[in-house]
Amino acid sequence: MMEWIKTTIVPHFNFWIYVVIMMLGLWAAIGKNNLIKKLIGLSIFQTAILLLYVSMGVKEGASIPIVDETMGEAAVDFMAQGGGAAGATAFPINPDLFANPLPHVLMLTAIVVGVATLGVALALCQVIFRDFGTLEEPEILNQIQTIQDDV
Amino acid sequence: MQKLFATIAVIITGAILLNAVEDFPRFGDPHSPPNSGVSGGSVSSSVHYLQNTYLDTRVPNVVTAVLADYRGYDTLFETAVILTAGIAVFAILRVVRRKDEEESTGSEEKACSGEFSTSDSDGEGRHRVVVGTACRVVVPLAQLFGFYIIAHGHPSPGGGFQGGVVLGTSFILLALAGGLGSALGRLREDMYLRLACLGVFIYAGIGLLSLFFRRNFLDYGALSGLLQTGGEEMARSHGIFGVELGVAMTVTSVMFALFANLSTRGELKGGL
Repeated sequence: MMEWIKTTIVPHFNFWIYVVIMMLGLWAAIGKNNLIKKLIGLSIFQTAILLLYVSMGVKEGASIPIVDETMGEAAVDFMAQGGGAAGATAFPINPDLFANPLPHVLMLTAIVVGVATLGVALALCQVIFRDFGTLEEPEILNQIQTIQDDV
Repeated sequence: MQKLFATIAVIITGAILLNAVEDFPRFGDPHSPPNSGVSGGSVSSSVHYLQNTYLDTRVPNVVTAVLADYRGYDTLFETAVILTAGIAVFAILRVVRRKDEEESTGSEEKACSGEFSTSDSDGEGRHRVVVGTACRVVVPLAQLFGFYIIAHGHPSPGGGFQGGVVLGTSFILLALAGGLGSALGRLREDMYLRLACLGVFIYAGIGLLSLFFRRNFLDYGALSGLLQTGGEEMARSHGIFGVELGVAMTVTSVMFALFANLSTRGELKGGL
């Protein structure tokens, strides 16, 4: 059992955690009746996606993706001397020293857009509560059914 | 019954996803496909960004440069999505009353006059001395910090989205401490709606400016003809800063608009 955990879970523990968190969110989104609880589930689901992306960009022994000024200037000099064709091995900026910037960029916008869409969802919930007096999905469906039967 | 089905569906989906986990790269592997490209293939875009960002834009923070320059289209429309969310909440919730109805409710004009009101805006006059005083100290510092984050997005972690959220939060704090009226006195509704649109306008405007120099949309290198200093690389750096300012304006005002409308059911009165 310990051997199995060491060889299977430990090298991929971030993916195990993301699957567990995502399934918690999915369960809340489809298993709960309250609309606010569904929204909480969707937020948990989204957090799991953020975790998946950011954890894939992690490099062992790497720092944040901000290039040192001196290292950057060395690269500028290197290119000025026509070193671009010499190959990436001699290039002054070693990509292994910096974390992958691309997942950070994608998730940076995803977080803010997530907040904005959550705001719209909460606004819709407020209107639903104002019109139906409840946020429980079966009760709302019942009320809609009775309205349709009357028509 | 619904919960049983949900549990079954979640377990099946989770099992399928966990089955695929084996094929993912090891955690922290610097040479995994997402980090350095497929072996034998071309160099991955993230390696290209890391190696060329400083050469192309003179911006040390790779995330900022990728966000606003290499993936400029993406960020432009993300900003548009945020503006759309703000407009959507306004359209869904906002209750607009005629002027004479407004006056009959009374007592609101005083709270909106821009005074830093420590009393509740519904006129009960509950004094919040500790919260009000703490707020008076914290809000300017928070706004200064927000501007710092926006301005230092180039050499340190930061940028328009992060700084905009901090600025928006400072207005939300004002609304929480002194009633929504005191925050609306500082940032009126017509002002924040204009600010949100102005942010997207600045972003798209800087992109359009490069069209006049016969270059591609959002190619800030073209602005070197306008700025006259530092060549194309520095022009890109300045273009990124302008774009970040636009993003910050939109994010600040939409964050506050969301709070103001959600906390008052669109009445923009009283608040929490």
